Amino acid sequence: MAIAEQQTSPEATQSSSDKSWHGIVLQTLKRNEISLVPYVPDRVLTPLIKNLHADPFFTTFATAREEEAVGIVSGAWMGGRRGAVLMQTSGFATLANVLASLAVPYQIPLIMFVSERGTLGEFNYGQSLVCRTMRPVLDSLALEHHTITRLDELEFIADRSIKQAVTTQAPVALILNPLLTGGKVFDK
Amino acid sequence: MNKDLDNRNTKMMNRFDVTSRLIAKLEHEEAVIGGIGNTNFDLWAAGHRPQNFYMLGSMGLAFPIALGVALAQPDRRVFALEGDGSLLMQLGALSTIAMLKPKNLIMIVMDNGIYQITGAQPTPAAHVADIVAIAAGSGLANSAWAADEEDFERLVDEAMSASEPSLIAVRIDDKPGVGTTRRDPVQIRERFMHGLGVREPL
Repeated sequence: MAIAEQQTSPEATQSSSDKSWHGIVLQTLKRNEISLVPYVPDRVLTPLIKNLHADPFFTTFATAREEEAVGIVSGAWMGGRRGAVLMQTSGFATLANVLASLAVPYQIPLIMFVSERGTLGEFNYGQSLVCRTMRPVLDSLALEHHTITRLDELEFIADRSIKQAVTTQAPVALILNPLLTGGKVFDK
Repeated sequence: MNKDLDNRNTKMMNRFDVTSRLIAKLEHEEAVIGGIGNTNFDLWAAGHRPQNFYMLGSMGLAFPIALGVALAQPDRRVFALEGDGSLLMQLGALSTIAMLKPKNLIMIVMDNGIYQITGAQPTPAAHVADIVAIAAGSGLANSAWAADEEDFERLVDEAMSASEPSLIAVRIDDKPGVGTTRRDPVQIRERFMHGLGVREPL
C-alpha cells in the first residue's frame, strides 16, 4: 500500500496530462470515447475512481456487484454508448456466468480493468486463491487478456486492446498488476 | 411491517396478457428488455419488435441492462420486464437505479412467487417479502403494485411521463410463457441495435 498510497493522495487531483498509471488509464478511456464507468471499488483503484468522478466527461458510479456493472455497460453499448468496468480480482471471480451468457454469446465488447490482488506480496490467503481462478476462467472462454506490469507499456496495451475489443466485438480484461500500481501490502 | 402477503387486494393477472397490454401501448419505439425465461418468452410471444432485447442467461440483469440503455439514450423510454426470482438475485441494482434516477426507465416485475420454469418451487421471498416495499426501501419511491389490468395500464401511462424511474409490480399466475424465444444471441443483439438506431444493417 505504501507505493499505491504515494501515488494516490497528492496526485489524485492532478491534471489529465499526468503520467501516473491512473492518469494514463483515464486519458485512454477518454480518447476512446468511453464515458460510462461503473465500478466496485478497490483500494488500488482509488485515485482513478476519484479522478473519474472529478471529470464531467465521465458518468461513473459504484454498483452493488460486478455483474450488475457488466449488465449496465452491455446495455449502454447496445444503446450506442461505450463503457468500461473497474473491479478487483475477487470481483472478477463473480463474473463467469455473465461472461459466458451475455458478453461472449451476444458479442459485446466488454472492457474490464481488474486491479490484481492475490500476488506479489498478498497477505490474505483467500485473495491469493481467488486470484488463481481468474486466468483459467478467461482462458476457458478464450477471452483476450493482458497483465500490465510496466508504465511504459500501459497506454499501448490499453489503447490497442480497447480498439480491438470494439472492432472485433469481443470482451477484454486488462489486469493491472502490482508492478504497475504498487498493489496493496500488509501494513495498511 | 407484517402484512398478510397471501391475502392481498391485488388481482392475480397473467404474464402474457399483461405483456401484450404493455406492447400495445408502445408508440414511440420504446426499448423493452425481457428477463430470462418466461418473461422474455412472453415478450417474444407478444410479437417481436426491433426494440426488444431477449436475455438467454445472466439471471437478474434485466434491470441493469435496461439501465445501461436508458443512460445511453436518455430521450427513449426503456422498459425492463423481470421475474421476481430474477430480481431477488440482484436487489442491489434497485439502489443503483435509485441513485442515478433515470426518469426514462420503467421496471416491471412479474411476481408469481415461484421459479415456474424449473418446476414451480417457491422463491424464498414468496410468503414473506413484498417487492414494492423492497423497491421503495431501496430508494425507488415511485413503486406500486398494479391492482388489476386496468390499473396496470394506468401505471404504465403515468410512468411514460414520470420524472423519476418507475417500478410496477404485477401479481401473476403460475402459467408458463406461451412462446419460446428464438435463441440466437448475435441476431437478437444486432437487431436490437438496429431497432435503437445505433447501427444500420449490412
